Amino acid sequence: MIEFGYSIQSNRQIDFDRNTRQVYKYIRRKEPSIDWCMSCGTCASGCTAGYASDFSLRRMILLARRGEEKEIRDGIFRCRLCGKCLNACPRGVNTRNIIYWMQQAVKNTQTL
Amino acid sequence: MKSIAVIGGGVAGMEAAAKLSKMGFSVTLIEKTNQLGGKLNKWHALFPSRRPADEVLNGLKTRVQLGINILLNTEVEHIENDDDGFAIALNQNRMITAHAILLATGFDIFDAGKKEEYGHGIYDNVITSVELEKAFRSGAVKTLQGKTPKKIAFIHCVGSRDEKAGNPHCSKVCCVTGVKQAIELKEMIPDSEIYMFYLDLRMFGRHFEELYKEAQVKHHIQFIRGRLSEAFENQDHTVMIKIEDTLIARPLKMNVDLLVLLVGMQPSGSINKIIHDLELEKEKDGFLKQADKHLAPHKTNIPGVFVIGAASGPKTIEETVNEAGAVTFEIADYLQNKIATKILKNENSFI
Repeated sequence: MIEFGYSIQSNRQIDFDRNTRQVYKYIRRKEPSIDWCMSCGTCASGCTAGYASDFSLRRMILLARRGEEKEIRDGIFRCRLCGKCLNACPRGVNTRNIIYWMQQAVKNTQTL
Repeated sequence: MKSIAVIGGGVAGMEAAAKLSKMGFSVTLIEKTNQLGGKLNKWHALFPSRRPADEVLNGLKTRVQLGINILLNTEVEHIENDDDGFAIALNQNRMITAHAILLATGFDIFDAGKKEEYGHGIYDNVITSVELEKAFRSGAVKTLQGKTPKKIAFIHCVGSRDEKAGNPHCSKVCCVTGVKQAIELKEMIPDSEIYMFYLDLRMFGRHFEELYKEAQVKHHIQFIRGRLSEAFENQDHTVMIKIEDTLIARPLKMNVDLLVLLVGMQPSGSINKIIHDLELEKEKDGFLKQADKHLAPHKTNIPGVFVIGAASGPKTIEETVNEAGAVTFEIADYLQNKIATKILKNENSFI
């Protein structure tokens, strides 16, 4: 077959109604302080993993809230749980615990 | 006795009229509708305490009863400004005079129909924040089909921060109004999901930030940063909205049972005649210009004409009531100086 260089792009739109948001609901039970996050990005600004990759806890929390769980699976293990973000958060969100439970959720869920 | 005409019988006019009357001035309160209270009559509860609006309204009404000449269903048709004061022609061929005028003419609510792409007045289940308050007052929030909405989205900044809609300014009270209404809705319909689409959350006032956190933490209301591009009506009369989730930087679509537009404040259209007759100056955004923003915020460019409340820009009730107190001094001071200047003039003329 002749390769013309065409391909189909995946749809980038977040389909909010299709997404189940099961990771978010799971973390909310394990670590309710995820609801305190106001997306300020203080956690991500000092994040060691964020210097070397596109990892951002602010973004991870938002992706969980929207139910974009594939992207979480791709990114969440870049964090080594050092806990710098825990000191940074102005609202006292238990950030490291959120990441831990996000990693557990991804490990334990086949459907993700 | 010195007389003052207060134009506008909302929060600003009622409070100022009560205070000026208490100071011993002869006060005429001019209101174009058939009742005092202005837009407070349409409101259910006030931010951030969620105190019933009627409580504040009744408080104001009690104060206004002190010997004030209240003219309801009255519109100003023409104003003449001469050395001695103002001659004010009213509808039904009435005429009053005043030594000073206080403009307490308030604001207009943005007509959401102008943002046609949001579908207000076209789709069944797109309402404004004002209509939601009305529903709260009636005790139930339903879709047009009579169902209890389970998924609701609020759109911030409708007719605010929107130059194409004619309003470049921030209406400032809608952010906290939205948060308050979201909490009220969630309490009314506990199994509902509520989403707020905002550009910035401007929680400028005391206890506003706490209300915002309460919405997130206690009521699980979700805040998504982005401005609605357009809304569509589905066959089942739900509304599909398309927004960029700007913090994730991806487009998002969502179906909701009810879409609430947080409509902003805009300059009152009914005072253009007064502005013309008195040669008053306006700001670029159309609100009345204060003589000096810091040092004379309640004076206008015309001596003897004062302004308070939302006539000179979006204000909260608390700010408006404060201004009513402050302007009372300004007016008393103006009238006293005027008498002094006049005596001086007369003395000079004898020489």
